[in-house]
Amino acid sequence: MTLISPMVDKDKTAERVRARIESGGRDPKDIGFRWLMLATLLFSLLVLAVLVVDVVGDSWSVLSSRLGDFLANPLRSRSDEAGVFTGLRGTFWIGIFVICLSFPIGIGAAIYLEEYATDSWFTRLVDVNIRNLAGVPSVVYGILGFTIFVGLLDGPFGEDGAFGKTTVAGGLTLAVLSLPVVIITSAEAIRAVPQSLREAGYGVGATKWEVVRNHVLPYAAPGILTGTLLSLARALGEAAPLILVGAIRGRLGSNAGFFELGQLREQFTAMPILITEYATKPGDDWVPVTAAAIVILLLVVLGFNAVAVLLRNRFEAKREGK
Amino acid sequence: MAAPVMPADPDLLAGNPKRRQKESIVKTVFAGAATTSLVISILIVGSLLWKAQSFVGDLISPPADALAETRDGMISLSNLWTEQWAPRFMQFDIKTLLVASVIVTVVAMAVAGPVGLGAAVYLSEYASPRVRRILKPILEVLAGIPSVVLGFFALRWIGPNIVQNLFDSAGNQSLLAAGLGVGLLTIPLVASISEDAMRSVPNALREASAGLGARKFTTSTRVVLPAAVSGLVAAFIVATSRAIGETMVVFLAAGGSGNSAQFTVNPLERGATMTAAMASQASGTDGTIVETAFNSLFFVGAVLFVITLTLNVIADRFVRRVRQQY
Repeated sequence: MTLISPMVDKDKTAERVRARIESGGRDPKDIGFRWLMLATLLFSLLVLAVLVVDVVGDSWSVLSSRLGDFLANPLRSRSDEAGVFTGLRGTFWIGIFVICLSFPIGIGAAIYLEEYATDSWFTRLVDVNIRNLAGVPSVVYGILGFTIFVGLLDGPFGEDGAFGKTTVAGGLTLAVLSLPVVIITSAEAIRAVPQSLREAGYGVGATKWEVVRNHVLPYAAPGILTGTLLSLARALGEAAPLILVGAIRGRLGSNAGFFELGQLREQFTAMPILITEYATKPGDDWVPVTAAAIVILLLVVLGFNAVAVLLRNRFEAKREGK
Repeated sequence: MAAPVMPADPDLLAGNPKRRQKESIVKTVFAGAATTSLVISILIVGSLLWKAQSFVGDLISPPADALAETRDGMISLSNLWTEQWAPRFMQFDIKTLLVASVIVTVVAMAVAGPVGLGAAVYLSEYASPRVRRILKPILEVLAGIPSVVLGFFALRWIGPNIVQNLFDSAGNQSLLAAGLGVGLLTIPLVASISEDAMRSVPNALREASAGLGARKFTTSTRVVLPAAVSGLVAAFIVATSRAIGETMVVFLAAGGSGNSAQFTVNPLERGATMTAAMASQASGTDGTIVETAFNSLFFVGAVLFVITLTLNVIADRFVRRVRQQY
């Protein structure tokens, strides 16, 4: 039996191997590639830096001179008086809707899909359906909100002549928009709970609900909280669906206080809508106002993001540590 | 010598009826929550089709108030294929919107594709766990920036500083500037799906490649990337779908907010994508617009929905292929 000798030039191979060993693993092509890949990541950092510097720089004249004013004033037609009060108020109430509707329904649906559902046609249909819903453009949710919520709420809740374009309609629309993401992230967190925890629960005679409530949910809570906070942040930054639902870009008729419930059936606006309005106003004097509104929105949205990421890191470290 | 088996007391095994009842109530409530998502889908499709078919019906047999808005007093299905998008004058040229959407999406993917993929390669193949923990949040923060903020950035910074610097003929607002803004927005999406795909490639493949003497560059480009290709394709398709559906960046930076747009294939010109046309239609200051014109919004929405749904279904196929492989 003869071995087939490979068709290579032995001297050349030896030379290359020696060169590689002597270079100490420092291959120029390899290093170049590594830096190129790192550069793409740093490009994103650069973009963020430019964006933040640009926006904060633009906003400085407003934030440094009249921050209190800016937070307390509603939309005004003069750029040196305009504020974000109505936007913050609307965004706050929309957040309440998302928390009260989409969180419980989303987590409930996730529990059903992960813990209760058997592999039936219904489960598969719901599963495919949720993943497709997560990919539907946000502006299409606006159409749903306009047809269903604005249309339905027109009669019972709408202010006269406002055609149902109320805070309720806006809040419901964004609650529906964030529902699929809440379901997907909660289901992932529940799936990551070790099976042995459940088996231990069943072993001592617990019912399914008892196992879910006392073992699965506490273990999955950090993951669920992270996912829900991220989807809340995303919902609060959405403008397109609210435009479709008829958020008011001009001056609001109502001047209800921040926490007054009565405004739920009145016209509404939100931070992203105010930013859109200020950004499309002609004249350079509106740039600082727009930028300042953006800084406020970024503080809210990125604040939720930061809390979510910190929570996740902390619980991950804790779990790995034990 | 087995012990005699005692027949179990059936009443004892049945457990507490109250606990069983609670159990079934809880299950029903959760099943109801899961069913909500189906209801939402039905409502979305229903609300799109309801007004969209009434719009198409109006084109076939036009009502008098719509005819009054035209110059020649004629409306037919051919109004969907003219030279401009101007619902006020019954000009519903769908290709104006489609071409603008394609331009924005191509520009966006030209940015997000390479940058997102490169970031994913670095995070998955090169970064140590510590470096990864520091660098990954960059993408997460970028993903958290609301699109209206990137829209303002594209309008005020990308437009003047990049687009107008490179091309003298470009205006303040252009499809190119909007496309670049949308690209920045989709970088995190491409990066995170691609990274997931590459991390799901088993380490044995990398070890085998290194064992044969391949350097990291060769391992990454010839072994890991081909092994993860289904996931990478999925990442591109999902990001494309997201770029087509992105509204606020285009609405602010592409200049189509006046609710009319000329047909153009030039990315340096202003234009309206499908999404921007919908938003400007809805926020239109002209409250007196006739119903046929307003309902064009639902027709465009239905087209957009079909396009993104198709892309998402295809992407889902690719993602499943990755899961089955490893």
